[in-house]
Amino acid sequence: MVKIWGDHDLINGTVDFGGVTRQVCLSYVPEVRIGDYVIVHVGFAISQVDEEEAQRTLEILSAMGDLASDELASDVDVPS
Amino acid sequence: MKYLAEYRDPGLARAALAELRRIATKPWSIMEVCGGQTNTMVRQGIDEVLPAGIRMIHGPGCPVCVTPLEQIDRALAIAARPEVIFTSYGDMLRVPGSQTDLLSLRARGATVRVVYSPLQAVELAAANPDRQVVFFAIGFETTAPANAMSVLRAAELGLDNYSVLVSHVLVPPAMRAILASPDNEVQAFLAAGHVCAVMGYTEYEPIAATYQVPIVVTGFEPLDLLDGILHAVRQLESGRTEVENAYARAVARDGNPAAQKVVATVFEVCDRAWRGIGVIPDSGLGLREAYAAFDAERRFAVSQVTAQEHPACIAGSIMRGSRLPTDCSAYATQCTPRSPLGAPMVSTEGTCAAFFAAGRRSPSSLVPAPTAAVQPVPGSRESQS
Ligand code: SF4
Repeated sequence: MVKIWGDHDLINGTVDFGGVTRQVCLSYVPEVRIGDYVIVHVGFAISQVDEEEAQRTLEILSAMGDLASDELASDVDVPS
Repeated sequence: MKYLAEYRDPGLARAALAELRRIATKPWSIMEVCGGQTNTMVRQGIDEVLPAGIRMIHGPGCPVCVTPLEQIDRALAIAARPEVIFTSYGDMLRVPGSQTDLLSLRARGATVRVVYSPLQAVELAAANPDRQVVFFAIGFETTAPANAMSVLRAAELGLDNYSVLVSHVLVPPAMRAILASPDNEVQAFLAAGHVCAVMGYTEYEPIAATYQVPIVVTGFEPLDLLDGILHAVRQLESGRTEVENAYARAVARDGNPAAQKVVATVFEVCDRAWRGIGVIPDSGLGLREAYAAFDAERRFAVSQVTAQEHPACIAGSIMRGSRLPTDCSAYATQCTPRSPLGAPMVSTEGTCAAFFAAGRRSPSSLVPAPTAAVQPVPGSRESQS
């Protein structure tokens, strides 16, 4: 989220998609603030990204990596 | 971009794969419902690096692909009218109808515009009071809030020259139809994350309980998919059949209530035909009577059309997960993304297009032939709204 403004009765915002900015309707995520991450679908933010949850999933997966690293077979092909 | 690089991290993907290999002791068939997930899965080759025995079945979750041919023919009939500005998401333009497609119609002089959001179509209507602006409102629960808002907005602005051609579909009834089919092979589902971001996942709890299948709410990045598969396999191996949320960063149990409210204001649940599958009871959304004035089908009286699929196209079997694109005689020869014969070759979320883009040409690169089939559930009337 880089900018938020009201336009008639709609709440709009500008979202930075990794360098490309676009106008997005924020009526469905009224609590969103500048700096937050949102999931956008057809011009509407439908969900605000929960950063704690995002981090938690990554940590669980990392922990798996630590456990597995000893026995990790090098023949595992990784999708790039 | 934040949370994109992280969820594409090869090291973490390797860890998830190693964990999968460690815990998977039996063969399992898992369906990813959403076309966006199919796209990531096939293009990244994730289905090909899974432990032997874990088979991904590609589900019917490509919105463009399931839009019935009759509805495309109606769109074409409306778009051909001189007073109409026909607006649509870009994917729809090349989807073949019985005779032609929107792109060819535009080349012959029809006004067809691609919009990024349905609110742009409303703006077009406001700016062109002497034209009829029609928006092709297709998609799953993810696009319904946007499309519903466009109708509310047009009503608010008092526009009498905006209407929507509605072809909305719902995921849970399609999952039930798959599970109720006698030759179903799906043992677990990855539920579509963005559908759940809107609707939440309480609707899936009775499905998991009734059909004894694990359902895992899953995101779209490679790591999300692996994490979703991990959750599903853990459940399958331990005999649990629960709804789990592996996409908690974007999905809350109750979804997005503000969006649900607007959808329920404008739309109501109705029976809907799925292209290649047939009518599934209570599997779609249509405009409520209060918003019938915005119904393009009524405004342009196009309810009667007879449609004809291309004879070579086996899209129906592909949508049901019972055959693969490489089983189709036209695949990559007569039918390519540049000149598609069927809808799944058009949309990036279509299985045929995903296979083509990933360069899959021969059946040898495939997992064993899946034979799950989706059939409409006769008489099943449980409400999914
Ligand atoms: S490859 Fe083309 S013709 Fe064959 S099923 Fe797919 S869309 Fe239809």
